[in-house]
Amino acid sequence: MTEVKDSVLLRPNRPVGIVGYGAYVPIYRLPAREVARIWSGRDAELPIKEKAVAGLDEDTASMSIEAARNALARAQIDPKRIRAVWVGSESHPYAVKPTSTIVAEALDIVPLTQAADWEFACKAGTEAMQAAIAFVGSGMATYALSIGMDTAQGRPGDALEYTAAAGGAAILIGPAEESLATIEASVSYVTDTPDFWRRAHVHYPSHGQRFTGEPAYFHHVTHAAQIMLEELGRKPADYRYVVLHQPNVKFPQRAAKLLGFKPEQVQAGLLVGRIGNTYAGSSLVGMTAVLDEARPGDQVLVVSFGSGAGSDAFSLEVTERIEAARGRAPQTLDYIARRVEIDYATYARMRGKLLMK
Amino acid sequence: MSVARTWRTRKQRYALVGERCDYCQNAIFPPRDVCPHCAEPAQKEFALSGRGTVYSYTTVFDPPTGFDAFAPYPVALVKLDEGPMVTAQLTDIMPDQVKIGMPVEMVTRKLNEQGDEGIIVYSYKFRPQLQRQALAA
Repeated sequence: MTEVKDSVLLRPNRPVGIVGYGAYVPIYRLPAREVARIWSGRDAELPIKEKAVAGLDEDTASMSIEAARNALARAQIDPKRIRAVWVGSESHPYAVKPTSTIVAEALDIVPLTQAADWEFACKAGTEAMQAAIAFVGSGMATYALSIGMDTAQGRPGDALEYTAAAGGAAILIGPAEESLATIEASVSYVTDTPDFWRRAHVHYPSHGQRFTGEPAYFHHVTHAAQIMLEELGRKPADYRYVVLHQPNVKFPQRAAKLLGFKPEQVQAGLLVGRIGNTYAGSSLVGMTAVLDEARPGDQVLVVSFGSGAGSDAFSLEVTERIEAARGRAPQTLDYIARRVEIDYATYARMRGKLLMK
Repeated sequence: MSVARTWRTRKQRYALVGERCDYCQNAIFPPRDVCPHCAEPAQKEFALSGRGTVYSYTTVFDPPTGFDAFAPYPVALVKLDEGPMVTAQLTDIMPDQVKIGMPVEMVTRKLNEQGDEGIIVYSYKFRPQLQRQALAA
């Protein structure tokens, strides 16, 4: 039998790209020193400065709607032409009932569309984006909307409470010739690695402490990125920007260094210090900040990470259409600049951590 | 609000979909059987822009059943750019920051939850216009 070697890169039959993108970050910020004040009494070496917290009337559905409206405002297409609304999150408001139908209805995409919710910890958003690339790339649809959005919860006092945040982005995939950034290729790298999980009907997630580092985050992120670079015959220096999943400030900085990227390639998309880890939204909202400032011809490498575990890597090239599109909706830094600081008591109320009955 | 009524009003609640009168051209919200301006029937669906200004406002300290979790919260009469006046909650703003004439924009937010096991109701609310904040910064 002759050995057949398929390419490990994922490339659709028809070239596709990002025709619209939109971010959303809630207005409230909980400083990490507030969490430290309540639980540890030490504020040395905090993982971030502060994290974004969803308001009392916000959830993954409402936040996805706003990000998707921004993506559509940039794309300027008829919403009825979108054939898929796929929302990746680990904080869907319902256990059974799609977030995606609420988003599709609010944006007047209904009724001739796919609608489904995706789940893969922090990788659910890029998983939905991979599927949207395939859906458009196969010719089945002209446009498909993928969203990564979360209102992440950390157990009070746990290391994750400093960083588990709310926010994300909507990415509208369409034909390459209409794109603000074309997608050259993507790759997925997945193994069964139990670094972080949440069992059914349990409120807060559990994690493997230091096990979340080397065998989980660093292994998957660096392998997905390296395979992409090797298969495309690229060097880190060929990219103007790199955006990695960002559970804290140190992890993406270290992974980027291991891969041979310089700090200035990481900076524009590194938002975690100011908004926290937005889980399924993390790498995608970083990508929106890069698209807000990128110039035509810039190459961008995006690598997500989801616990459980796996990474999706995407290689993008920004086109001339970015210049006209970016000003049609609020930019990611506009949302970050809009900021109301809250204390731990307000946070506890907003996130339902008070026993009411 | 019953599940059926929630479902029936979803377009107006999620995206401020009202009507425009074929006869007098006035924008109408919420949608209704007869134009309140000229009393002609059968109107055309029309999505309002969601932009407007605060006409007047108050703060709810003693909320109706189902809204206890949100109090105190500001409620305003918002004069939409297309003409209609709507009553809605303001969000992403402290009650003492609201001003008459303030430019606001529609966002879709959680209105309430029908208990732990019931449906979640989403609806329009208004917040200070974000684009303006961005441009001013």
